[in-house]
Amino acid sequence: MTTISAEPAAPATPASTLNLDGVSRWYGNVVAVNDVSMRLGPGVTGLLGPNGAGKTTLLHMMAGFLAPSRGTVTLDNEPTWRNPAVYRRLGLVSEREAVHAFLTAHEFVLASAKLHRLPDPEEAARRAIALVEMEDAQDRRIGTYSKGMRQRTRVAAALVHDPQVLLLDEPFNGMDPRQRLHMMELLHRLGDDGRTILFSSHILEEVEQVSGTVQVMVAGRLAASGDFRTIRRLMTNRPHVFAVHSTDDRALAVALMAEPSVTGVELGRTGLTVRAGDYGAFTRALPRIALAKGIRVRQLVPEDESLESVFSYLVEA
Amino acid sequence: MSTVSWITARGLFGRRRFLMLFPLPVVLVLLAVLSRSLGVDPGQWGPPVLVGLGLAVVLPVVALIVGTGVLGAEIDDGTVVHILTKPLPRWQIVLPKLAVATGVTAVTVAVPLYVAGVLAHSVRLGLALALAGCLGALAYSALFLALSLLTRRPVLLGLVYVLIWEGLLGNFVSGTKVLSIQQYVIALADRLAPTSLLETSVSVPVAAVMTALVSVGFTVLAIDRLRSFSVAGETS
Repeated sequence: MTTISAEPAAPATPASTLNLDGVSRWYGNVVAVNDVSMRLGPGVTGLLGPNGAGKTTLLHMMAGFLAPSRGTVTLDNEPTWRNPAVYRRLGLVSEREAVHAFLTAHEFVLASAKLHRLPDPEEAARRAIALVEMEDAQDRRIGTYSKGMRQRTRVAAALVHDPQVLLLDEPFNGMDPRQRLHMMELLHRLGDDGRTILFSSHILEEVEQVSGTVQVMVAGRLAASGDFRTIRRLMTNRPHVFAVHSTDDRALAVALMAEPSVTGVELGRTGLTVRAGDYGAFTRALPRIALAKGIRVRQLVPEDESLESVFSYLVEA
Repeated sequence: MSTVSWITARGLFGRRRFLMLFPLPVVLVLLAVLSRSLGVDPGQWGPPVLVGLGLAVVLPVVALIVGTGVLGAEIDDGTVVHILTKPLPRWQIVLPKLAVATGVTAVTVAVPLYVAGVLAHSVRLGLALALAGCLGALAYSALFLALSLLTRRPVLLGLVYVLIWEGLLGNFVSGTKVLSIQQYVIALADRLAPTSLLETSVSVPVAAVMTALVSVGFTVLAIDRLRSFSVAGETS
């Protein structure tokens, strides 16, 4: 497997750095994470991959909640596993929506501040709640909140000690568009402040909107890392497969072979299977060719548009 | 009260399972009051009510509900992550939780045991049962707290220990009584208030040493296990 690398320039003032060196994690015969190395510095990084790719396992190892079976995970050269001291610089918002529903947001965030032994827990709680704009609802029980409000409360609790590193597992899950936008703005702001922010997602568009840098996981391996646009271009320019059915498949196949964007055509019983190197060029050329030849296209279905196939392509790239 | 104790107590009293604590102690007191008011000979109702119900069922079951609730419930619903992502040495999490579990169990169990002891024999027996019950609450709580970290089914395993090991095997295999918190509590209560109502199977020194060993040993084990606490293997 080739790992595509498009690392951005290192920031001028490096803060906390999370380092993964040859990290693997397996459960019996199942390999969840396979030989992953990465270095995360200040700014927002998206951890992208389909469900089951090993993102959560990787985040748990970063957060010190899982021992790597092999390799090391360090925060500023200190291991995160069996080392509670790292939580002075690290905050975690896990995917599981686990909150003490019987507490109010203020009580919850204040308790976090006290557990961190902050010198002024009240002020720290007030600041963190303001950061996620939850002041108006802070005295209501968390059990009465919407999913987005609960998520913001958890982010406030994770930020109360002003950590340099914040890890978020699928933070946009279950949020409505407005809440999503708010969370994206918050992550942007935190990244711009020089914090190291890593969030996982299986949705390409989410990562595109929040982060310039991505780490792409596929089947437990790091398939790509670096600038999002470079990786997106690779994803867009990959070969695409279409199922085409027309009034004269054989004639259309002959005509399509003359089209530069087409890399292969297979004539089957139910129609054509067309391989195109350029998605846009092919979808523009097809109606033009069909019109010129007097052929009517009855069906055009992209066959490999699942996210998994997009990610799989990266593994093979 | 530390923040960990405060959250633990709020969590414990805020969950519906807390209501499960009350029926058994109430039944214990009711049976004692009923037996006494009907003029039944304490030699007849004392052992089954005080030991058979009070020490063999009420104490361990209440300790099981509370002991697995203070940490096990947080592990089950995932809220434990909030406490674990703090730069606290793990003993500062385990000890407050153990203190809450022991305190709640002791209060819930000691009062009915005291009342039943007084009605069966004397104030001295009531106090002895209450005090021994408190020591038993500590040992059981340490055991069940550690079980929360050793297995994903602490309640089931705890019930197996209480019902099968202490309740069933104790009647047939005498050796199992040496590893029975229930027997330590009986021995300690009998030492504090010797009566014919309590039948001991282990010596007082063994009971005292084993109670201390169980309490300390399982607490140390819980602290060590919490240091290596792994979030359940999700692979998404």
